[in-house]
Amino acid sequence: MPLVSLTGLSVAFDGAPALRGIDLSVAKGEAVGLVGESGCGKSVTWLAALGLLPNKARISGSVVLDGQELIGAPPAILEKVRGGRIAMIFQDPASSLNPVHRIGKQITEALALHRNMVGQAARSEAKRLLDLVGIPDASRRLDAYPHELSGGQNQRVMIAIALAGQPELLVADEPTTALDVTIQAQILELLKDLRRHMGMTLVLISHDLGVVADSCERVAVMYAGRIVEEAPISRLFSAAAHPYTQGLLGALPPMDGPRRRLAAIPGGVPEPWAMPPGCAFAPRCAHRVAACDAGVPGLIPLAASHRVACLQVAQVAMPRESVPA
Amino acid sequence: MKPGGALLEAEGLVRRYAMRRGFFGHAVEVRAVDGVSLKLERGRTLGLVGESGCGKSTTGRLVLGMEMPDAGRVSFEGATMPQPGSTAWRKLRARMQMVFQDPLGALDRRLPIATQIAEPLDIHAIGAASDRSARVEALLRAVGLRPDQGARYPHELSGGQRQRAVLARALATDPAVLVCDEPISALDVSIQAQVMNLLLDLQEQFGTSMLFVSHDLRAVRQVSHRVAVMYLGRIVEEGEPDAVLHDPAHPYTRALVSAIPHPGRTGQRMVLQGDPPNPADRPSGCAFHPRCPVANSFCAREAPVLKPRADGRLIACHVAHGEVTAGHGFTGQEAA
Repeated sequence: MPLVSLTGLSVAFDGAPALRGIDLSVAKGEAVGLVGESGCGKSVTWLAALGLLPNKARISGSVVLDGQELIGAPPAILEKVRGGRIAMIFQDPASSLNPVHRIGKQITEALALHRNMVGQAARSEAKRLLDLVGIPDASRRLDAYPHELSGGQNQRVMIAIALAGQPELLVADEPTTALDVTIQAQILELLKDLRRHMGMTLVLISHDLGVVADSCERVAVMYAGRIVEEAPISRLFSAAAHPYTQGLLGALPPMDGPRRRLAAIPGGVPEPWAMPPGCAFAPRCAHRVAACDAGVPGLIPLAASHRVACLQVAQVAMPRESVPA
Repeated sequence: MKPGGALLEAEGLVRRYAMRRGFFGHAVEVRAVDGVSLKLERGRTLGLVGESGCGKSTTGRLVLGMEMPDAGRVSFEGATMPQPGSTAWRKLRARMQMVFQDPLGALDRRLPIATQIAEPLDIHAIGAASDRSARVEALLRAVGLRPDQGARYPHELSGGQRQRAVLARALATDPAVLVCDEPISALDVSIQAQVMNLLLDLQEQFGTSMLFVSHDLRAVRQVSHRVAVMYLGRIVEEGEPDAVLHDPAHPYTRALVSAIPHPGRTGQRMVLQGDPPNPADRPSGCAFHPRCPVANSFCAREAPVLKPRADGRLIACHVAHGEVTAGHGFTGQEAA
């Protein structure tokens, strides 16, 4: 049984759709990547699941965590889930932390909230968490303010706060995008270690296929509020079927081989208030036919745990020869 | 190999800033750029790679003469860069342009983009006013925008289209040098590819020399003919992009290359310990030694000089040059 399943999750802001029916399930202990460009709805998906969207968002569909429906659930239930069972970390650690409170206070706050720990017990648990996320000299760092730490260390603090509630699922939303390359490598290694040692389930949201390939077993590619392809990571790189996924892979500059012109996807993402009638990717797609505009294609299975939403997939699913890396 | 030799040369550039520590603290000297020499060849691109705070953007501004170096000199077509603000400098500015990371921040939100693209032509009094609209149309076409999109305001364009507009404006004066400071990092992956292709097309069409400042080694390989890696205000390695990427010699370059996340990466990633140091608190000797997995005590005392190896690759590392044997890091911490 999956830990979380999303069924037909849809979100609209002022009548403009941001999510248009997401079906995704995450099993216990799994690491799933959610990839897509800005505005594709990859962050909105989890903000909606946790009831963190503003009131004007119209949400429909279902999010079930261990048999408990979260959409429309009373605040008392959502408050237990947020941070306690599903924790989320964001792109910019500096703006997620409170600049006027010491690090230790911000961690113990989470411990008090989720585990009723106070006083010395909370402080020593906070120190243990800082040690766990690899912050040197943890006992002194508890008294530091966020501005005294680097961006990478602040992200480690965010992870420590997320771990304070002993969540079963950690949703990391672009956790390394604001960080330098060498620090990104450190944070990705840390997430991997934590998963190995704590058996934590991870959802990694990223625009970078490379980051996801590095940390996840399975990946879902999103485009304009829908999942267009879902596959085990190795299969996605060897046999991407959706033209958008192929386009994303072709747009990555290769690391070796002759320098070729990048296969840039023409045009841009459609605006939410001007969605194409059928497949949202059709206007940018090289394989478009009249049928593509007739209706929104659903996800169809292509192979074991490989699903793709493309009418043309039988014709265009050309296994890619090599990994563009 | 060399379409026209060196167009712009920078020698021993140093840029210091004074930074006050605390409210009553005394001013500390920060060396953002600490002796950088580089050469831009005609019609070629030099990639400048490094992490935030390594001085790559400051180097870009020094090269353009937007800031004066505290030491060292920049020469353009053999002549020393004139004093900022002087008539000669203003004239030269038309030949050297800059493209910034955030196109929305670089554009004026209250003006349609065609007006902004025409602005450099007015400022530098290039061409007759009657030819202006034809020139703007040609520029819009060159960067892949439709002439009718010139009437749009920046907020009406997508991120990629905005960066095209910024490029069109930079190209208006037909510059010989284009400094691109992280021109693609604010863009989506599929749009990054469009802009990289465009930069290559424009270079082929106009023969522009480019300084491509980026933290992304893959992007640098895609667009550059040479790459220089910076760490804490100094160039630590310089060479052909493929050679540097496939056989990095400096331990810092090795770490940068191994940090590139990509599928099919084999072997253990080399994860550096700690954060990039604060330029105000520059480590002794080689600035990289506290994070270096092969540093030894000599590295903590003596700063290495950037010099060529037998194959011509420029490297600033005692160990890579074989001057000292590889240690196991000098902080006592075992590097992963």
